[in-house]
Amino acid sequence: MIPFWSGAQELLPGGQVHGNFQVDAQYYKEDKAIGAEAVPEKVLSNAFANLIYTNGDFMAGLRYESYLDPMLGYDARYKGSGIPYWFANYKAEIFEVTVGNFYEQFGSGMILRSYEERNLGFDNAFSGIRVKVSPYKGVTFKGLIGKQRYFWDQGPGIVRGFDANIYLNELMPSLENSKTRIELGGSFVSKYEASEEIVERVPVYLFPDSSVSYMTIPPKNVGAYSSRFTISHGKLALSGEYAHKFNDAGYINHYIYKPGNALLLTGTYSQKGLGVILSTKWMDNMSYKSRRKENLNFLDINYLPALTKQHVYTLPAMYPYSTQPNGEMAIQAQVNYNIKKNTLLGGAYGTDVAVNFSTINSIVRNSVNDSTSVGEFGTSGYKTKFMAMGDERYFTDFNIEVLHKFNKRFKGNFSYVNLVYNEDVMKNYKGVPVVYAQVGLADLTLKVQKHNAVRLEMQHLWTNEDKQNWALVLLEYDVAGKWFFAASDQYNYGNKESSQQLHYYNFAAGYISKANRVQLSYGKQREGIVCVGGVCRAVPASNGFSISITSSF
Amino acid sequence: MKKTLFALFMFSLTIIGFGQETTKTIRKIPAVSIQDINGHKINTAELSNNGKPIIISFWATWCKPCISELTTINEVYADWQKETGVKLIAVSIDDARSSAKVLPMVNAKAWDYEVLLDQNGDFKRALNVNAVPHTFLINGKGEIVWQHTSFIEGNELELIELVRKLEAGQPLE
Repeated sequence: MIPFWSGAQELLPGGQVHGNFQVDAQYYKEDKAIGAEAVPEKVLSNAFANLIYTNGDFMAGLRYESYLDPMLGYDARYKGSGIPYWFANYKAEIFEVTVGNFYEQFGSGMILRSYEERNLGFDNAFSGIRVKVSPYKGVTFKGLIGKQRYFWDQGPGIVRGFDANIYLNELMPSLENSKTRIELGGSFVSKYEASEEIVERVPVYLFPDSSVSYMTIPPKNVGAYSSRFTISHGKLALSGEYAHKFNDAGYINHYIYKPGNALLLTGTYSQKGLGVILSTKWMDNMSYKSRRKENLNFLDINYLPALTKQHVYTLPAMYPYSTQPNGEMAIQAQVNYNIKKNTLLGGAYGTDVAVNFSTINSIVRNSVNDSTSVGEFGTSGYKTKFMAMGDERYFTDFNIEVLHKFNKRFKGNFSYVNLVYNEDVMKNYKGVPVVYAQVGLADLTLKVQKHNAVRLEMQHLWTNEDKQNWALVLLEYDVAGKWFFAASDQYNYGNKESSQQLHYYNFAAGYISKANRVQLSYGKQREGIVCVGGVCRAVPASNGFSISITSSF
Repeated sequence: MKKTLFALFMFSLTIIGFGQETTKTIRKIPAVSIQDINGHKINTAELSNNGKPIIISFWATWCKPCISELTTINEVYADWQKETGVKLIAVSIDDARSSAKVLPMVNAKAWDYEVLLDQNGDFKRALNVNAVPHTFLINGKGEIVWQHTSFIEGNELELIELVRKLEAGQPLE
């Protein structure tokens, strides 16, 4: 094997190996005040390394992962090390074949999407085969069969999918130079899982030792289809996707036989200096997993995007929205505007303004008949009204962001956020009041000498609910484009209980050289939620020292 | 068994790595199918700039330092282009949640870059990008000659220096 590899360049001329590597490790200290539990291993770490070999039209690769033991907030079933991902890919003129593990997305992902989000511990890669065929210019067909990743194994369900995508302007020569561009697509997906009896035991009122059992046998094969379009003409674009899922009784929807539907519509207008986007999403019963009993964020066949702004600053991100697969009606609007330079408000460099608004409610749910309650186990569930907004508010977010460069050395980012967050629904905390919060923040950067910079971040959150008010200050010093040092403190000064008015301080330092980065940090981490794209992971409180190393080669 | 496999794997890694340096192989942009901002299908191996250098920068609408990097370069982009003919291709890794926001944001900020959409991270994965921002420098022959992760103030000065060296045919190190 060794002579083979070292002589690889001569044996297979034109072949190359490239990859990346990342390790995150944390040393945990017990801290009862913030709710940080003692960790028996003391040190936990997550690491992975990717290797890809390419030679002309052929590509092969693998990923080694090691969780010894997984860091807090990552599922304990990841414990261990191994190679959970490997693939070989061959691309020819008209077709492309992949065997092994792969990621894929049909349309916007509402019917099928497998992807990885390493810092969420999310990975629903397919293990199987995939073929792509482009018989004519502008037409692509995709087909796949596989099982999905479940920690170090695969889930029980087999997923089959087929997708067609057509760029009309490339397919039809008469439209090649048309100002109107049209794209159409459609997919069909089906999953198979062996039959099983699902039993629900309901205790009998006033007789706690007795219970009544209900049993149902969900379907073995569940299919779903979707169709989509995108039309753009000059400055305007409109796109839409409709997805339908046949009856799919599973844990998430409480084993009901109602079909699922979703409609996503987006319109945009953009020209130099102005961008407007308006979108709406109506979704009913669209959880689609390759294991019907799965209750957590694993084995999802599809992806249901959250129609909200993803906040990057700490305090506005304290109450993040997580998509409700059983049903939601969402509307989002955003305007991006550039105030030209050399005007009063624009200053010498111009000013960027972004205003964003999103609101999400429940959907309408009515019982199917007088003897069946809404969402009752083993029934057809409920009746709903297409595109209608329900009465319960899940989330509202109104925010304004202004970027302004004052002079050659000084620039600032200012933001105001107004949130309504239904904690009862989002976190499943029954009976907890809805959180009404406002956040104001300023992020200022000053260039010091030619290659250094100082950054100051000040954030404040006002709310009467949950933990009341917070203030955050962060100071960062960047040296020569290679070193950075930062100190920050998140202070819950407004907490109703004075014993809980805690400081979450943090110190970090790091070094970046080309595609390599090392960061060391020490301090307290607040208990919270990390969300990427509407998929969330709970992060428990922790106190300690951590290191992160990443490299691409 | 797992430990032996891992040991062999790491050993081959080292051998390959050593093999790389002694033979100085040329790294080209891998062939991945993604979309451009107008909805056309793009084969990344065919990206070119008529023999002039290319900067490929991975970013996302939710990535603060990415927006910082692209805004900072935008201020001097016209000068860089006049001087070296360089082209910057900004590859957005926004997924279905925020990919529709890319075009309105790019137009509102009046960026002159070529923008591509890598919605499921296929191009990002093929280039072994871990986190954004991640920037690559490609010479006139389509070879990847340099890459950099993260962005802190001052990195854009280093980048233009490298582009100038490339254009003048000088070695980068």
